[in-house]
Amino acid sequence: MLLRKVSQTSAVCGSILRNPAVLSGSPRQAAMVLSVPTSRLYASQAAQAVLEKPAAVGSDAASKVEKKTVAAESKSFAVNMFKGQIATAQVFPFPKALNEEQEQFLQELVGPVSKFFEEVNDSAKNDALEKVEDHTMEGLKEMGAFGLQVPADLGGLGLSNTQYARLVEIVGGHDLGVGITLGAHQSIGFKGILLFGNKAQKEKYLPKLATGEHIAAFCLTEPASGSDAASIKTTAVLSPCGKYYTMNGSKIWISNGGLAEIFTVFAKTPMKDPKTGEMKDKITAFVVERSFGGVTNGPPEKKMGIKASNTAEVYFEDVRVPADCVLGEVGGGFKVAMNILNNGRFGMAAALSGTMKGVMAKAIDHAANRTQFGNKIHTYGAIQEKVARMTMLQYVTESMAYMISGNMDSGATDFQIEAAISKIFASEAAWTVTDECIQVMGGMGFMKDSGVERVMRDLRIFRIFEGTNDILRLFVALNGFQNAGNHLKSLQKALKNPIGNAGLLAGEITKRAKRKAGLSTGLTLQGSIHPELAQSGDLAVKAIEQFGAVNEELLVKHGKKIIDEQFVLKRVADCAIDLYAMVVVLSRASRSLSQSHASAQHEKMLCDTWCMEAHDRVMQDIKLLRSSQSKQLFNNMRSISAAVVENGGVVSPHPLGF
Amino acid sequence: MSGRVLVGVKRVIDYAVKIRVKPDNSAVVTDGVKHSMNPFCEIAVEEAVKLKEKKLVKEVVAVSCGPQQSQETIRTALAMGADRGIHVEVSGKDYESLGPLQVSKIMAALAKKEEAQFIILGKQAIDDDCNQTGQMTAALLDWPQGTFASEVSLEGDKVMVVREIDGGLETIRINTPAVLTADLRLNTPRYATLPNIMKAKKKKIANVKPADLGVDLTSRLEVLRVEEPPQRQAGMKVETVEDLVAKLRDAGKV
Repeated sequence: MLLRKVSQTSAVCGSILRNPAVLSGSPRQAAMVLSVPTSRLYASQAAQAVLEKPAAVGSDAASKVEKKTVAAESKSFAVNMFKGQIATAQVFPFPKALNEEQEQFLQELVGPVSKFFEEVNDSAKNDALEKVEDHTMEGLKEMGAFGLQVPADLGGLGLSNTQYARLVEIVGGHDLGVGITLGAHQSIGFKGILLFGNKAQKEKYLPKLATGEHIAAFCLTEPASGSDAASIKTTAVLSPCGKYYTMNGSKIWISNGGLAEIFTVFAKTPMKDPKTGEMKDKITAFVVERSFGGVTNGPPEKKMGIKASNTAEVYFEDVRVPADCVLGEVGGGFKVAMNILNNGRFGMAAALSGTMKGVMAKAIDHAANRTQFGNKIHTYGAIQEKVARMTMLQYVTESMAYMISGNMDSGATDFQIEAAISKIFASEAAWTVTDECIQVMGGMGFMKDSGVERVMRDLRIFRIFEGTNDILRLFVALNGFQNAGNHLKSLQKALKNPIGNAGLLAGEITKRAKRKAGLSTGLTLQGSIHPELAQSGDLAVKAIEQFGAVNEELLVKHGKKIIDEQFVLKRVADCAIDLYAMVVVLSRASRSLSQSHASAQHEKMLCDTWCMEAHDRVMQDIKLLRSSQSKQLFNNMRSISAAVVENGGVVSPHPLGF
Repeated sequence: MSGRVLVGVKRVIDYAVKIRVKPDNSAVVTDGVKHSMNPFCEIAVEEAVKLKEKKLVKEVVAVSCGPQQSQETIRTALAMGADRGIHVEVSGKDYESLGPLQVSKIMAALAKKEEAQFIILGKQAIDDDCNQTGQMTAALLDWPQGTFASEVSLEGDKVMVVREIDGGLETIRINTPAVLTADLRLNTPRYATLPNIMKAKKKKIANVKPADLGVDLTSRLEVLRVEEPPQRQAGMKVETVEDLVAKLRDAGKV
C-alpha cells in the first residue's frame, strides 16, 4: 500500500546509469538519470517522505528549504555514507552542545528532577492505577516539566535540545508512562506551535501549556490511516465567509486524548490547484481547543504498557475552527506533521538510554550478588556476554541521542536519517537490553516486584508508534538512495561534457576501479578519530566504501523500482544503522581518549568491540545483497507469506496429521 | 528589628553516595563524588522561607563557606526561596581544616554585618556530624539559642521553640536576636522546581573572604587518621543452649 503510493510518484529514483562502466564509455548511454523529485509524496506518517527535503526547524525556514536545490551538498554523515563518502562535519568531534551557562543550569536541574522521580513518583502505582497519580501530576506541573522547551518569556524553561535530552533521560529511567504523558504533550502535542506557530498563536497557547494548566495532544492516526498518514479522512471545510473551518472526523490512539485541552489536528482541506483549477484535498494542520465545542473523547484504552499515560479516541463533530488556527500553511500539514515527528525522535533515544541504565543497574546488582554453583554469576561467561552487550547497546544509544541533539542545537537541519536511525536503534536496543536483564535476573526478573516486567511492557510500543521501525527503515534507505541517486545524476551531467569535467570523472572512475579491486579508495577517518582507535576506524571506512558501492549497484540494477524492493531496502537500512552507530561511538570514544577520561580505555573497548561486530554484520548484508542467492531467498519469503496468507494461517498439516 | 534571617547551607557528599576513604587514610574521597545540600540545612532553609512567606521576616540570606562549588548549594537555597546569597570563599588547606569553630566565627561576623534577627542552621551536618556550629555561634554572639527545634513560632520580639530532647519535647521562649538549629521534624523541605531554579539565576550571590570579615581560620584540630567502619563479621546460628555455651567457652568469653 505504502509503496504503491510511493511508486506512483515515480520520483524517488528514476533510472540511473545502467552500468557504472558507462562512466568510461559512451556518455549517451548514461542519459537516463534520476528525475529531480518535485512531486510531494504522501507515503506515510514516518516515511513521509522519502522525498521531502531536510526537515527545517521553524515556520519560515520550512517553506524556504523546499525551494532549495536538491543538489545542495549535505553535511549529514548519513546522507553522505550512502554515496560511500565521509562527511565529518556533524560527527567529529563529538558535539559540545552546551556553553558554560547552559551546562551549569542543566546541572542544577538534574538533581531536583532525579529526586522527584526517586521520592515522589511511584511507577508501579501509576501502572496499577492506569493513570499518573494526581499528586505526582501536580508535582510535575509545579516542577515545570510540561514546558521544558517553551521559551522563558512565554513561561517555559527555554531548554535546548541537549538540555531537554538530559532531563527526559531521567524520566525514561524511572517511568515511561509518565514519559509518554510528558512527551505526547510537548514533544508532539504542541511542538507544532513551537515550530510553526505564528507570534499570536505562540503567545496565546504556550504560557498555559508550559505550566501544564492545559495539556496538549497530537492527532494524526485514524482507524483507517496508520503508517499511511496521507490517507486520513478527517476533513476541515472552509466556510463561505472564510472565517472558520468546519471539522469532522475521528482520531484513534491519541496519547493524552482524554486529558488534552489543546489538540494539534491534521485534516484534509479541499484546495484549488493553482495550475489546473481542479479541487484537490490537501492536509492542513490546525490548533483545536476543546472549548470550541464538538470535541469529545472515548474512554481510556486498555493497553499492554505505558498504562499510566492516557490513550483515547478523539472525535470532532462539526467543530468550528477559526481560520487563524491553521498551523503553518494551508495545505502544508504533511510537512508540519513530519517536522514535528522528526524533531522529537532524539528525545526517544535519550529517554530510552535512561531506561536501559535503570534496568541494567538492577540486573548488574543481581549478577554481582547472586551465587550459583559456588560462584557469583557475573563470573560466568554466559552472563558476562549479556552484560557486555547491554553495555554496548546503551553506549551506542546514548551517543546517538546526544550526537543528534548536539547537531540540532548547532543549527543542523539535515538530520532526518540520523533521527530515524536513533529511533529505530534506541527502541530495539532498549527491548533487547530489558529482555536480557530479565534473563540475567531469572525468575526474579519475571516477578512484578522487581519492576523490570513493567519496563518490558512499556517498551513494546516504542517500536510501533511515531513511525513503526519497519516504515522508518524504508524511510532511511529511500532517503539515502535519493541522495545517492542525485550524486549519480550530477556525474551523468558531467559526462555530457567529459573534457571540461575530466578531473571529476577520472576521480570517480578510479574510485570505482579501486573499490572493485578491493583497494582503499583513499577514504579515511585519520585525523578525525583518536589514533588508538585507528583499527576500528579502518573497519568503519571499509564498510562505508562497500556500502557506497553496493548502493550504486542496487540503483543501477533496480532503477526507480528500488522503492518496491522492501527486502533489499530493509538490509540497506540495517547497514546504515550499523554504520552510523559505528561512527557515533568512534567519535565519542575518541573524545574520551583525547580528554583522558578515567573511562577512556573502557570506552575504547566498547567502541572496538562494537565496530568489529558491526563491520561483520554490514559486510554480511552486503555480501547477501550482491549474491544471486538473495533473489532466491527473497522470492522464497514472498511465496511462503503468500501461501500462508492465502490459507489464513500455517499451511503445513499437523505432524500428527490431525 | 531588621527582619533578616541568615541561613547556613553546607555542601556535603550526597546522602545516597557510598563513602570511600582515601588510600592514605587522610580523608574521604570527594573528587567526582555527588554533592548536595546537607539535609538539615534544607530544613533550615524551608523554615526561613516559611517565615518570609508568613511575612514574619523581610529577607532570607543563604550563606555557605567553602570552595567555588559551594555556590551550587547557595543556588539551591535561592531556588527554594532565599532572596540572596553570600559565598564565603574558603579553599585549599583552609577548607580541609574548616570546622564548627571557624564557621561559627564567620556566621557571627556576618550576623553583625547584616544585622540579622535570626540565624537558622541545621542541627548538624551529615558529613562530620559535629553538632556544634549553632551552639558556638550563639556563644560568640552572646545570643540565646534554640537548638534541635521541631517547632518555631514568633511571639512579638520573642520566639517560642519546641526542642527535641532525650525522652521528649522541651518548650522554651527566648529573646531575639537568636540562633536556631533545625531538627528532622521541623518541616518537610520543598523541592526546588525548575522554574524557580531559573528565576534563582537572577538572584545575587556576594563573594566574601574570611579576612574581609576579620576572621582567622586557624584550626586547633589535627586529623590523625580516617578509617572505614570495621566490616561486620558473619554470625552463626546454634541449635541448643549447650552449643551456645560451648562456642562462647571456645571463644574465651565465659
